[in-house]
Amino acid sequence: MSGPTLAVVGAAETTQMGVITDTSELQLHADAAFNALADAGLTIKDIDGLATAGERPTDVAHYLGITPRWVDGTSVGGCSFMIHVRHAAAAIAAGLCTTVLITHAESGKSRVGTAPQSFTSAMSGQFERPFGVTGPPTMFGLPVLRHMKDTGLTHEQLANVAVVQREWAGMNPRATFRDPITVDDVLSSRMIAYPFHLLECCLVTDGGGALIVTSADRAKDFPTKPVYVLGHGEGVETPMVSQMENFSSSKAFRIAGADAFASAEITTDDVDHLMVYDAFAHLPLYGLEDLGFCERGEAGDFVWERNTAPGGSLPMNTNGGGLSYMHSGMYGMYAMQESVRQMRGTAPAQVNGAEVSVSLGVGGMFGAAGCVVFSNIAP
Amino acid sequence: MPRPTPETQHFWSGTRNGQLLIQRCNACGEPYFPPRPFCPACSSHDVTVEQMSGRGTLYSYLINHTGHPGITGPYSIAVVQLDEGIRMMSNIVNCEQTPEALVIDMPVEVVFEAFTDTITLPFFQPIGAAS
Repeated sequence: MSGPTLAVVGAAETTQMGVITDTSELQLHADAAFNALADAGLTIKDIDGLATAGERPTDVAHYLGITPRWVDGTSVGGCSFMIHVRHAAAAIAAGLCTTVLITHAESGKSRVGTAPQSFTSAMSGQFERPFGVTGPPTMFGLPVLRHMKDTGLTHEQLANVAVVQREWAGMNPRATFRDPITVDDVLSSRMIAYPFHLLECCLVTDGGGALIVTSADRAKDFPTKPVYVLGHGEGVETPMVSQMENFSSSKAFRIAGADAFASAEITTDDVDHLMVYDAFAHLPLYGLEDLGFCERGEAGDFVWERNTAPGGSLPMNTNGGGLSYMHSGMYGMYAMQESVRQMRGTAPAQVNGAEVSVSLGVGGMFGAAGCVVFSNIAP
Repeated sequence: MPRPTPETQHFWSGTRNGQLLIQRCNACGEPYFPPRPFCPACSSHDVTVEQMSGRGTLYSYLINHTGHPGITGPYSIAVVQLDEGIRMMSNIVNCEQTPEALVIDMPVEVVFEAFTDTITLPFFQPIGAAS
């Protein structure tokens, strides 16, 4: 890649987040979309490309009253929106469209007008589901005891991920949970699926978010501070967590991360701010290691030593994350919203002077990944 | 209950007959799972179905405390590594469902339990456990 070609010129979340019983899932898509359009100073008629997941692009486009020339319905879980950014970059560079709206919304808690959802695939239905799998908490944590035995990661270190993210959430007025917690609080919270306690599992809430992206050379024509997309990557590994190649590392994380860093021409030393999709407390640890910020097995210590905490060298999940901020089902959109806020200088827990932010998303149960590198430095 | 498909029929016929049948690639020599009519490593369609020893080790697991219709109390969802090399999800049975009893890397052996006329599930138990 020869310099960034894409910029985020509109970004917003739904007006409300949390428990929203009077709003359908499509309404949440529209609310996020219109908020992002207002942010960009655009109208819906300026949009000629649409990407979404969960709901089909057809449903969202018709609901919004547009007939886009380009759509992307890649739906591989919560990282789909990172992958949409990457695909939009290619489509805009190829001249297929000029201005892409990416929407996520989920009535994850209240289930008002939700799209059909399934956590299982054809093979998972035969070879995982019969063994008592009931949803993400019974699948996502499956590799962790192996990882603990192989690397020495401790229960306290796992719990501490939630503790540090709660510190960030305490600085964010929109976070669902803001009261400080301790490692003991986490370890004495209700057991969900050993070794995971309640406070090591993400929230289930309602909400959404939307991004508007266009070519980087147009970015200065918009009202907000431009946020450039320096690079991106995507990867898929397996629809069955039991078939991960390596229980201590996500192949999809490694591939998406390596491509994102290479296309952005950055190294880990260049990263000022990091978002790693935290459906459960182990994911930021896998992300830190698979992106190369830590050696294998060292992420537990890295977080314990407060490197990712307020005041640390690598502020991570500064909105409070899926563990404390919000999680409507496909959290990748919210990770990118926080990256954009940090790059604009408008985050509630702003990292002063941050110039490069990385968002890593996971899809399914280590099934897929998407990674985007953002910057506020003009090309 | 699983619904067998054409490429998985041998596996479910095997469990009904008390056999753990896994495919092996004749070109690269490696076993693979889940079933499909070609090798995922080298794409060779020259594959055979083999009976496994049924022995392996407890590779990883979690213990679900959130309940399941038809299951009383917390239960393990496990990944077993067979001695022949492949890994598969299962449950560890005839064993207390506690971290103290479920020791990573402990040897386990397959035990079959019929659920319907057509579906028998392969579970694993600690080697030597009374079934």
